[in-house]
Amino acid sequence: MELAIRLDGLGHRYGAEDWLFRELSGVVRRGEVLAILGPNGRGKTTLLNILLGQLRPTQGTVAVDGSIGYVPQALNTPFPYSVLDMVLMGRARHVGLLRSPTRHDHAIAHAALDELGIAALAARAFTTLSGGQRQLVLFARALAAESELLILDEPSAALDLRNQKIILDHIAKLAARRGLSVVFTTHQPQHASSVADSALLLMPDASALWGPSREVLSEAALTRLYGIELRRVRVGGEDGGELGFVPVFGRR
Amino acid sequence: MSGAPARRRLLAVIGSALLVLLALASLGIGRYSVPFATVVDILRAPLWPVEVHWSAAEQLVVWQLRLPRVLAALLAGAALALAGATLQGVFRNPLVDAGIVGISGGAAGGGVLALFFAWPGLAVAGLAFAGGLAALALVFAISRRSDPRELMTLVLAGLVIGQFCSALVSLLVYCADPERQLPGIVYWLMGSFARIDPQRLALLAGPVLLGGVLLYRLRWRINLLSLDAADAASLGVPVVATRWLLLTLVALLVGAQVAVSGGIGWVGLIVPHLARRLVGPDHRVLLPASALLGALLMLAIDDLARSLGAQELPVGLLAALLGTPLFAYLLWRRRSGGGLWS
Repeated sequence: MELAIRLDGLGHRYGAEDWLFRELSGVVRRGEVLAILGPNGRGKTTLLNILLGQLRPTQGTVAVDGSIGYVPQALNTPFPYSVLDMVLMGRARHVGLLRSPTRHDHAIAHAALDELGIAALAARAFTTLSGGQRQLVLFARALAAESELLILDEPSAALDLRNQKIILDHIAKLAARRGLSVVFTTHQPQHASSVADSALLLMPDASALWGPSREVLSEAALTRLYGIELRRVRVGGEDGGELGFVPVFGRR
Repeated sequence: MSGAPARRRLLAVIGSALLVLLALASLGIGRYSVPFATVVDILRAPLWPVEVHWSAAEQLVVWQLRLPRVLAALLAGAALALAGATLQGVFRNPLVDAGIVGISGGAAGGGVLALFFAWPGLAVAGLAFAGGLAALALVFAISRRSDPRELMTLVLAGLVIGQFCSALVSLLVYCADPERQLPGIVYWLMGSFARIDPQRLALLAGPVLLGGVLLYRLRWRINLLSLDAADAASLGVPVVATRWLLLTLVALLVGAQVAVSGGIGWVGLIVPHLARRLVGPDHRVLLPASALLGALLMLAIDDLARSLGAQELPVGLLAALLGTPLFAYLLWRRRSGGGLWS
């Protein structure tokens, strides 16, 4: 299978601060979904910025094959652009410097809205949408870019449970149908186990655990990752059901 | 939203019709007034035969004096509004006009310098034009040493250059001979279309048409630049290069305007706000709408300037007198829930 991303001995730290991660090596293949997990401030967003080419790593190299569609956690626009205008901006790579989006670009933007089930929002002002709706619009914008690679920064953070499911289903569907490679960061081990083929755990000691999500997402590894106890549970279903992870909060 | 394109077309037609009517009327307005019908006949006489029923003086006033002036007001208004709409998008800020990157300050400095040394009229225009571009170049030189994507550095560098130019202008005003030099400098700083001749009109038209057409072609890029820099970059936009391209075009427009008509504030600040109310925030529509509205407003202000009193008022002064209450009204609407943008 073709490679979409290759990391070789990647490491980063800001100035003389502690290493966020070191000696990070691995690949993401075409059509593969990678989930990145780690505690706050452990370098998830830093790693995404390096993948996006917006930050130069302290050590090691990154090779990305293809263009990237990026879905930020949130976005504030100073102008109340319509949802359609926002999604059209995903076409920036396809529209010449002195040109405006064509009918073809409009059709692609409408198709992206349709695909995420938010066609009804097309004329609404982006600034009046809820956090969850905005996330879906930014997702549609990334789809309109027709990139080979999709990077999502905590796509489920601002979403209610239903919208979380919508986003996760789309991630899985896009990878399977369009052969897109998807990289996303999350704080929900269950999201990783349900849609990601592989998982990357950025550990508190700057080491990393990278492998098939079924193997990597163990109770022991997650407990080490977050420094609190986690239980892996089966949820419903005769055939073994879905994997769930439950943090052990509260009084013992 | 399906009705929006139709509404925009209607607004464009109404705006264009108003512009033509006002331009024709403006050719007749002034101390030497010419009836509307006569203006139309004088204009169409070279194209097809009309019985000459007007005086040579009327012919001279319409063709030689008023036509260059009306065209200059239209071009200057469109230029200022285009510059304002572009800058507000690029800086993601509603309170921005050409002062923000020192362009208008640099142009004023250049013009006053030439007036101080009593250089000929075209040197005043040329130095003003060069001053605007030089100010932008200095802002570029200062800001490039830090993170080139950071807008705040650009704003601060623009502030510094603008303040320096303003100090330079004050120095020249202070040193100017109060009898021979000062009135000319002060009057020039207040802005006027009274001294427009074909040469100055050409000096204005060249850069404004070139810069205007390019800005029009780049108008969708302003939507992209109004996102935050990192986000625009993730969409594949060369943020810094596009930003400087747009700023250079703005300097071209504003430099040319100041060069031929002196300091005129407020038009560049307010017109994009009014246009946004009419057609929404999408720069693909906002830029042409601003240009049309800016031309219309500038012409109306110039008409007032030369018909209000016995002596002609400076347009820059009038623009500020009318512009400030208008802007206050927009702010007041905002507080009562109107929204500054919408």
